[in-house]
Amino acid sequence: MIQVKNLTKRFNDFTAVDNISLSVPDGEIFAFLGPNGAGKTTTIRMLTTLLHPTSGEMRLNGYDPVTDQNEARRSFGIVFQDPSLDEELTAYENMEFHGVLYKVPKDIRRGRVEQLLRFVELWDRKDDLVKHFSGGMKRRLEIARGLVHHPKILFLDEPTLGLDPQTRDHIWSYIKNLNKEERMTVFFTTHYMEEADRVAKQVAIIDKGKIVAQGSPQELKHQTNTSSLEDAFLALTGRAIREEEVGAIDHLRMHRRMRHR
Amino acid sequence: MSTIYILWLRQLKRYFRSKTRIIGSLGQPLLFLLALGFGFGPIFQRAGGGNYIQFLTPGIIAMSILFTALFSGIEIIWDRQFGFLKETLVAPVSRLQIMIGRTLGGATVASLQGVIVLLLSLLVGFRPVSMALLPMAFLFTVLIALLFTALGTTIASLLEDMQGFQLIMNFLVMPIFFLSGALFPLQGLPKGLIAVASVNPLSYGVDGLRGTLANGVHFGLTMDFLVLGVIVAILLVVGGYLFSKIQV
Repeated sequence: MIQVKNLTKRFNDFTAVDNISLSVPDGEIFAFLGPNGAGKTTTIRMLTTLLHPTSGEMRLNGYDPVTDQNEARRSFGIVFQDPSLDEELTAYENMEFHGVLYKVPKDIRRGRVEQLLRFVELWDRKDDLVKHFSGGMKRRLEIARGLVHHPKILFLDEPTLGLDPQTRDHIWSYIKNLNKEERMTVFFTTHYMEEADRVAKQVAIIDKGKIVAQGSPQELKHQTNTSSLEDAFLALTGRAIREEEVGAIDHLRMHRRMRHR
Repeated sequence: MSTIYILWLRQLKRYFRSKTRIIGSLGQPLLFLLALGFGFGPIFQRAGGGNYIQFLTPGIIAMSILFTALFSGIEIIWDRQFGFLKETLVAPVSRLQIMIGRTLGGATVASLQGVIVLLLSLLVGFRPVSMALLPMAFLFTVLIALLFTALGTTIASLLEDMQGFQLIMNFLVMPIFFLSGALFPLQGLPKGLIAVASVNPLSYGVDGLRGTLANGVHFGLTMDFLVLGVIVAILLVVGGYLFSKIQV
């Protein structure tokens, strides 16, 4: 369902994504893990047509996100890392806006919006402006919105960031449910390793733009001789804390420090 | 078509929902009309210019359209910062349609604003010179609104965040307004100032409005119409192109 081959993205002299390859079969839940600044979001931005790759090949549901943009776009739904709702519109209007953009016929759209809003338990708040919603409610609404056009693939970029355990549990139960009933392929990133361990069938770990390990959570634990995915992750990516978006000078300094070590 | 419509509708909903924005954006033109209109009125009269409120009102209408339109265009930066832009950019619709929908929405809002200021000016004593010319005045209103919304979109496509906003305000919007003949007649000005006013698109908008609502034109209505029309066409193409190149 998702194929990536030798994908590379360079920003000037900085290589954000370095020659990665991965493949996600139809109907699978796939976790894409990595420290901050490893290249997760950049990869998702390329897969979802927001950014052009420097080189490499991608296929989403058989379509190339670079050349068959619209076909590829119809194939996926996405929940972005940062909020992407129009806060001045109501929950219902946000859903409807999405449905119209994806050309879901009116009668089908109405039914689906209602069904999805009930599904994420926001139906009785449908006419409230989104700016009055809590973080968890917004997240649920974004997930519901990403599903209005019945995508084959759902991208979730840190969907549970900053949410309490109850809401996280809630959200994952929806997603697992959708994956089972609609055979929807799910591609997600997260910093909560136990989440990935519990939900994902396959995991890829990316660090400094390169994929350092791939396999089931079991295999990764086995490979690193650790008992939890968190430990496996640390064993694979090291314990150094990463800084996202360092300036050019910081970059030089970091390199120098590393060489002196 | 439905894409353009829903984007247009979104702009309108956002406008009507922010009451503070409507009131705020009407306060400024009203202040200008009252303070400048009555403040300079006697001098203008004595200098043989006639009724200053009659002269000033088309300029103030143009100003309120300019501000509203440009900000509607620049709202794309907000959408980029609040993430909503990504939602529209991953949808299976052409970027050009998105840009057109937004621009039409912004231009509609700005035109409404212009009409409201015209109605307010009636309270201050302004009287349109001829009812028959009102449709033409509205045409100029729409042209000014389209022009500056498209300009706002073009600028916003080039900016990453609101950092450059103050710069645009001080070095683009204010000069466009003050050097357009909105506040004073262009006749008999120093050559340099006339040259600047002649390359300022708002001058033609102000001139068109003044020619249809009050009395006296500087460039001539046909000239005004042609200049505005051509610039609108160019900005729509350039803005559409730059917008389609946005990567987020």
